[in-house]
Order: sequence, then C-alpha cells, then structure tokens
Amino acid sequence: MTTPAPSTGGPAVELIDVERRFLTPDGRHMTAIRDFSMTVGRGEFVAVVGPTGCGKSTTLGLVSGLSRPTLGSVKVFGDEVKGIDPRVGFVFQTDALFPWRNVVDNVVAGPLFRGRPKEEAYDKARSWLKRVGLSKFEKHYPHQLSGGMRKRVALAQTFINEPKILLMDEPFSALDVQTRVVMHEELLSLWSEQQASVIFVTHDLEEAIALADRVYVLTNGPATVKSVYSIDLPRPRVVAEIRYDPKFIEISHTIWNDLREEVQAGYSRAAA
Amino acid sequence: MTDVTTLPAAVAEPLEARETPGARAARLRRYQVIAWRWAILVVFLIGWEVGATKGIIDPFFYSMPSEIAFRLWEWASEGTAEGPLWYHLWVTMEESLAGFFSGAIAGVVVGIALGRNRMLADVFSIYIKVINSIPRVVLAPIFIMIFGLGLGSKVALSFVMVFFVVFSNAFQGVREADRNMIANAQILGASPWQLTRSVIVPSAMSWIFASLHVSFGFAIVGAIVGEFVGSRYGIGLLINVAKGSFDAAGMYAAIVIIMVVALTADWAMTRLEHRLAKWRPQPHGDQG
Repeated sequence: MTTPAPSTGGPAVELIDVERRFLTPDGRHMTAIRDFSMTVGRGEFVAVVGPTGCGKSTTLGLVSGLSRPTLGSVKVFGDEVKGIDPRVGFVFQTDALFPWRNVVDNVVAGPLFRGRPKEEAYDKARSWLKRVGLSKFEKHYPHQLSGGMRKRVALAQTFINEPKILLMDEPFSALDVQTRVVMHEELLSLWSEQQASVIFVTHDLEEAIALADRVYVLTNGPATVKSVYSIDLPRPRVVAEIRYDPKFIEISHTIWNDLREEVQAGYSRAAA
Repeated sequence: MTDVTTLPAAVAEPLEARETPGARAARLRRYQVIAWRWAILVVFLIGWEVGATKGIIDPFFYSMPSEIAFRLWEWASEGTAEGPLWYHLWVTMEESLAGFFSGAIAGVVVGIALGRNRMLADVFSIYIKVINSIPRVVLAPIFIMIFGLGLGSKVALSFVMVFFVVFSNAFQGVREADRNMIANAQILGASPWQLTRSVIVPSAMSWIFASLHVSFGFAIVGAIVGEFVGSRYGIGLLINVAKGSFDAAGMYAAIVIIMVVALTADWAMTRLEHRLAKWRPQPHGDQG
C-alpha cells in the first residue's frame, strides 16, 4: 500500500503525529486532526479525500505555516515549519484574488511583494498570463471574468512565484463540470513543467484519482489517515477520458468502499 | 475535431447601436421617475406658497417660498445685515472642510491602526466607547471656552463629529477584510506593511467611503452648532440672528444654503468614489 518517494533527497513535506485543536467561538475545544502522519515526495502529486468538514483543509494550513500544530511536527524539505515558507504556493477554494486590481496586477503581486524589480515582475506576469491563455484580459478586473478564468488568474498568481510545494484547497469545486476538466488538464501540464510537489485537498474522489500519484483517505473528524492508495495510472493522463478507463473504475470502486463508511458515519453524526 | 476555445465571450461586447425594447422601457421609466420628482417638488412649493397667502399656514412661522427666494437674492446681491453672505458661507465652509479633513484622516489612520493591532484595540476600545457615548454637541461650549470664538472651536467640534464615524467604519472595514485574501497575500510574500497597504486598506475603502458620505454632513453640523453657541461669522450666526429678530424667511434661506452645500459635497464624494472604485461591478437598476 505504501510507495517509495519518487525522487532523490528527503521528502518535500512531512507531517509526523500531528494534532491540531481549535478554540471554537463558544469556548469549546475542537480537535480537527489527530495522530496525523503524511509524507509527500519531491515532485509527487498527493490528493487528500475525506468526508466534508473532516479537517482536510487544516493540513494545508499547517504545511503553509498559516497555523501551527498543537502537537507533533510539520516539516518542509526537512526543516520545521516556523512561519510562511516562500517555497509554498496556495490555491484557495474561494476567490482570493484582489478585486480592486486588474488581472495583470493580481498576477504580479507575488514578485512585487518579494521585492523583484517592477519591469521584470511585469514581464514575468505577462508571460504567465499568456501561459494560461488570458493575455487579452490583462486589463480586466476579476468581476468581469468567468469563474474558470478567475481560477486561471489564481493559478498564474501562484505559479509565478515558482513554488516547490503547491497546496490546493478544493480549488475547482465551485466550477462547472466541463470547466473543471479543462482546469484539471491545465493543472497537470503546469505541474509536470514545474516539478512541484502538490497536496490537493478535495471531496471529489474521481478528481483525486484522475490527478494524483497517491490518494490519502481520511476518517471522519477528528481526521486521521485511514488508508493510502497508489494510483498507478500512466502519465501523461487525459483527464476527460481517464474516467472511462477500466482500471480507473476499479480503483475508484475500491477507494469508494473505503470512503463510504466515513461519509456515512459523518452523515449520521450530523443528523443526530 | 475542431478546436474548442473555452473562453466565454461575455466580456465587453460593444453595445448595439439600435435601442433594444428593454433599453427603451428603462429609458421611459427613468423619465417617469424624473417627472414625478419634479411634480412633487412643484406641488409642495405651490401648496406652501398658496397656503401661506391664504392664511392656512402662518407665514410668520413658516414663511413662504417667494419670500425665502427673495431673501436669498437679497443676501446674495446686497449682503446680509452682518456683512456679505459669501464671507459667512466661506467661514462655515472653511470650518467644515478643516474639521472634515482632519477628522477623516485621523479617523482612517487610527481606525486602521487599531484594526490591525489587537492589543491596541483591546486597550483603547473602552475609552473610545466612553468618549463615543458623549453627545458631541455638548462639547461646543467647552471648545468655545478653550479655543475662543474663532475658527478653532468650530473645527474642533467638526473634528470630533467626523472622527468617530470614520474611525468606527475604518476599524470595522479592517476587521471585515476577507480572511482568504489576507492569507493569499501572506503566502504570496506580503510583509505586514505590504499587507496593510495593498489588501487591508483597499478592502476597508468601501466602508470608509460609506462613512465619508454621512460625515461631511456631520462636519457641517459641528460648524453650525459651534456658530450657534458663539461666533462672529458664519451661516450658523445668520440663523441665530434671524431667530433673534423673528425673521422666518432668513432662517429658511440659511437652511437652503446649507442644503445646497451639503448636496454638492455629497455629489463630489460620489464622483470621487466612482473613480476610485472602478474595479467594482456596477450595481444594476437605477441610480440617484
């Protein structure tokens, strides 16, 4: 069930026996994840699936340095995470673009924050916009774009910093099915060029299998790792067609049987 | 297979030259609204005028539109008993503008500083609450005592009227800034100062502008109340003098002047806001 890390050097991301507790607004402690261990190899694409609200996103917060573990240790390239690591990129579920900036000014934000010269930053931003097919829209504001186009801007905004670790929190869940498949293809081709390690959180099992090298299935909250599956579908993958592959169907059947218990447990708990 | 572009063409299509039925209906509706607005104004003024001449309402207390218009013309052409109208207007404007700008700038700066720093906010929130509970106009006599009858006391009163409104909106605007957007900026590499400048302030801007709209009115209230309590010049003084001589037309004339000033300021503010907020989607439906 386990696979060796695909490339040389230590793993890109390690979570070792991590626990994360919150103080809820009404003063109670809530444990989001518990006894959680996970490793992501360099250049590896890992998907994390689990029932809704089980604490999937918490893991990304910990790796990005936006939040700290209550117990355990989180490491990025062997170093303990102490703050926001410049090697990390994050694509959010909801729109996190700056609505008062036009498209090119949104994409250029990262390099400018990091003190790159203005001209160089804008050249780079334009080439990234070209890469995601939005050159004609660089002067548009986010509200003038469709959901799929905004997601492309978000991808360009993240990729321009050349992250070594890419964290994605249900990034395409708000898109319609057709656009989502297009975005999957786009993401895979960007990923294969950039050699980044990816942690992709989703509640959509098919999305996880179509994209990832390995799929982590989490238990219903407090989340811990239930099982890990290697997806040995060949790359490059054609996302639009892979879901009809018999092997894909077989894998998704296996994982779904595993996931279903957790989903039902979560459902009955919510209904109680 | 033909190539499939995935970009929807919903962006910035040039408008058709010919008017669509929908556009026509919207235009007619707009005219209708304007016609009704004028009609109501005219009926109101004529009713007032006729009522006053027929003795249904007492012109001693309520004056009448023709007399008010005459008084305005008289003030504008010959000046008031206290000196030229324009000078009084200028004094009041000077006080209001100075109070407005100083109050707004201080409100924005303090609001953002406290909004960004939880410790400062926790310490000072109690004092702000206490001071905010004072009805501002009771400070007028104190300011007159401290700053004298001139400009200073009115600016001070305008300042406190404006400061708290702008402050609380700026503070709230900072607190309401989208958490994802902040996290995004941090991960993209923004330092705390860059975060404040390029995410927090722009996202608090619509809150701040909402407060600026009302607070120019408050600045005028501050200036005029200050003038009531003690002054040598200003529109407030004109009202006070008119009151002393039972001159109803004079009081209403002064009110009309203030109304025009306040509306002009509001219009200018709206213009400025539209310029700064060109990134925002245009609201549908009619405006102003």
